[in-house]
Amino acid sequence: MILAKTGNEAFAYAMKQINPDVVAAYPITPSTEIVQIFSSYVSDGEVDTEFVAVESEHSAMTACIGAAACGCRVMTATASQGLALMHEMLFVAAGLRLPIVMAVASRSLSSPLNIHGDHSDSVASRDSGWMQFFCETVQEGYDTLIQAVKIAERAYLPGLVAIDGFILSHCQERIETFTDRDVREFLGKPKPNYNLLDWRNPILIGPATLQDYYFEFKRSEIEGMNRTLPIIQEIQEEFGKRFGRSYPVLEEYRCEDADAVLLVMGSACGTCRVAVDRLREKGKKVGMVKLRVFRPLAHTLLKKILGRFKAVGVLDRVDAVNSYGGPLFTEVGSVLYDLAERPRLFSYVYGLGGREFAPEDAMTVFEQVLSGKKDELVTYIGVR
Amino acid sequence: MDKKLKSWQELPCGAIITDMGAVKGNKTGAWRSMRPIWNKEKCRQCLVCWIYCPDSAITVKEGKMVGIDYTYCKGCGICAQVCPAKVIDMEKERK
Amino acid sequence: MLKLQDLAKNKELFSSGHRACAGCGEALAVRQILLAAQPRPVVTTMATGCLEIFSSIYPHSAWQVPMIHTAFETAASTAAGVEAAYRFYKKMGRIEDDIRIIAFAGDGGTYDIGLQGLSGALERRHRFLYVCTNNEAYMNTGIQRSSATPLGADTTTSPAGKVLPGKGEHRKNIMEIVIAHDVAYAGQTTVFFWRDLATKVQKALDAPGPSFLNVLVPCPLGWRHQPSDTLKLSKIAADTCYWPLYEFENGRYKINYEPQKKLPIEEFLKPQGRFRHLFGTEEGAKVISELQRFVDEQWELLHKKQALFSGPRHCEGEARSNPVH
Repeated sequence: MILAKTGNEAFAYAMKQINPDVVAAYPITPSTEIVQIFSSYVSDGEVDTEFVAVESEHSAMTACIGAAACGCRVMTATASQGLALMHEMLFVAAGLRLPIVMAVASRSLSSPLNIHGDHSDSVASRDSGWMQFFCETVQEGYDTLIQAVKIAERAYLPGLVAIDGFILSHCQERIETFTDRDVREFLGKPKPNYNLLDWRNPILIGPATLQDYYFEFKRSEIEGMNRTLPIIQEIQEEFGKRFGRSYPVLEEYRCEDADAVLLVMGSACGTCRVAVDRLREKGKKVGMVKLRVFRPLAHTLLKKILGRFKAVGVLDRVDAVNSYGGPLFTEVGSVLYDLAERPRLFSYVYGLGGREFAPEDAMTVFEQVLSGKKDELVTYIGVR
Repeated sequence: MDKKLKSWQELPCGAIITDMGAVKGNKTGAWRSMRPIWNKEKCRQCLVCWIYCPDSAITVKEGKMVGIDYTYCKGCGICAQVCPAKVIDMEKERK
Repeated sequence: MLKLQDLAKNKELFSSGHRACAGCGEALAVRQILLAAQPRPVVTTMATGCLEIFSSIYPHSAWQVPMIHTAFETAASTAAGVEAAYRFYKKMGRIEDDIRIIAFAGDGGTYDIGLQGLSGALERRHRFLYVCTNNEAYMNTGIQRSSATPLGADTTTSPAGKVLPGKGEHRKNIMEIVIAHDVAYAGQTTVFFWRDLATKVQKALDAPGPSFLNVLVPCPLGWRHQPSDTLKLSKIAADTCYWPLYEFENGRYKINYEPQKKLPIEEFLKPQGRFRHLFGTEEGAKVISELQRFVDEQWELLHKKQALFSGPRHCEGEARSNPVH
């Protein structure tokens, strides 16, 4: 079916089709509508979901953990301060290997307060053990949220699917949706690791560990994340075969003979595509590499794809204050460090607090990367 | 206590404990510095010591107290203190 | 009336081998609660704290019932998630058993850091029992004051020093806070009164909505008393009316224990090292007298509430049950 939906509406619609067992969520701009729209599906009896209108995001994630520990398929949605508030529980969810899926309308973090889109909230949680997907379009958001449920349940790890706050969450796009039946057939039934409610076979979830066991549990969890990339790729293929649309972990746009490329996540990928086209018309050999999966980080693919370029501009819609460049920049630098021949890397921070990032801005970045000259470590695009 | 620690590959997926009997390997009786001595003959079988033992170390079978489980008894002295018939005495732990 | 011989037929669902201090009131409370809950199938959650640490160090679980621990402030919110899962399965016909959910937390995880989660879970009327095992301080981290700590108590964050004589504020009234949520059942009890505790556990578990128990559990280490005195102190707490045993049900207050002889508060304070500094000084005497005044005032107020709210429920009808679920 062809529908006109904003990012939030598409997320809520996907959730309706997924029909999770339990949703525990709290409103926060710009993700509020996801929860609101889903609540109307609940009130209208269009889903079987037990909806818990919790009193804070921290309790949202906690209740999700409680329900997932009983073997339920669980989802939630949040942004910004809410994601930050549930921070400690993100680690708990990952440590307990619970396949919770969270829709995020990515937004800046206070102070000062700003309700608009950037990647501060999601990237600040990158060490939590959650999978992280950054979507370029509303269509991709819809598709990815559905895939994420299957991926999470196979990987036994929680995952978040991020769309840029307001830019995608509140802008209408033409999207193609599937039937409810298609979605449910694709997902199948959850296969939980354990079920707290199986009282005849009691287990204890979330023990204390001393110095003798914590490290081993963490190592095991890390291995779980390490094995997730092939699962993502496999499910991507399956999705592609069934529904005719697929998204590689790393996508190259017109990079074949590029002298300079930009590495981008999120909606700015669309902006960069336009910039690439315009520059290509002028004869400039530029391309864009879109990173869709931030966690797990596909380092082998990154080495393979980025390794052959002369210069790569890395765009971050978040800054890790006084790190050596933006977060994605530092991670990519680390990945490429061992290559015998590696590209020049440039760090760009753009779009904080919903600051506009136009094709002209991307073109300026391309020109600089092509020139190979950069005075400062990090270029903050568009800051007065 | 476990003699051999598990490697990370041997751990369950997710931080969980499934063997609910393993705790019995933790013999807290080793903590004692005092030990309760039960005078079986004078015992009225009121079971008051049983309901007040934090470590379930008063063994009851078919509604009757049959003894003290010294494997786990920590020697707190509650049983001696609460016994209405005063048939439990605390002695210095010998071993 | 419940008999020890009957309770003794039940399984020990809180196993020996746990690492609680000798004479721990909290371990005893949990053991008694799980004995009283049978034969109902029970699923539990707990907050980080003494109980969590001494009952669940990997690979040992003293719990012989399903248990989940997530964080410090989350006993109630985790239980809310478990309860939502349970409601879902019941709705879909995948579970037939009548499973009860019990959340355990200390006074830290209840009065302070866990208050938000508790309030939210009670307000949403999840059907679960929340048990506060109350030893009146953050014991697991080394005896720091909580809002449940009584006036004058020496704790590591309200130490009795040259200028200040221990905690400067009276304890918070958590029962009133919980009652303000119009719970299906709330009760206050302590481990000495095993029959009162067991009865309350059963009433709470069978209540048609959220329920709450505030269980005073003496702590030999934190209160600085002999391990063998745990039950003695638990009884004196009720005999001094420092810890009234009462319940709230159907909009009514009911006092469950009237001491034959009301003892002065000193009888409760004297055996505990955490109050030793109050004896023998003028300032200390003032604190003791203020504590006595507070205890007497609360006791009198409780009687007034019992009298005021003893008739038919003012808005009529039965105990508030979950209107939607």
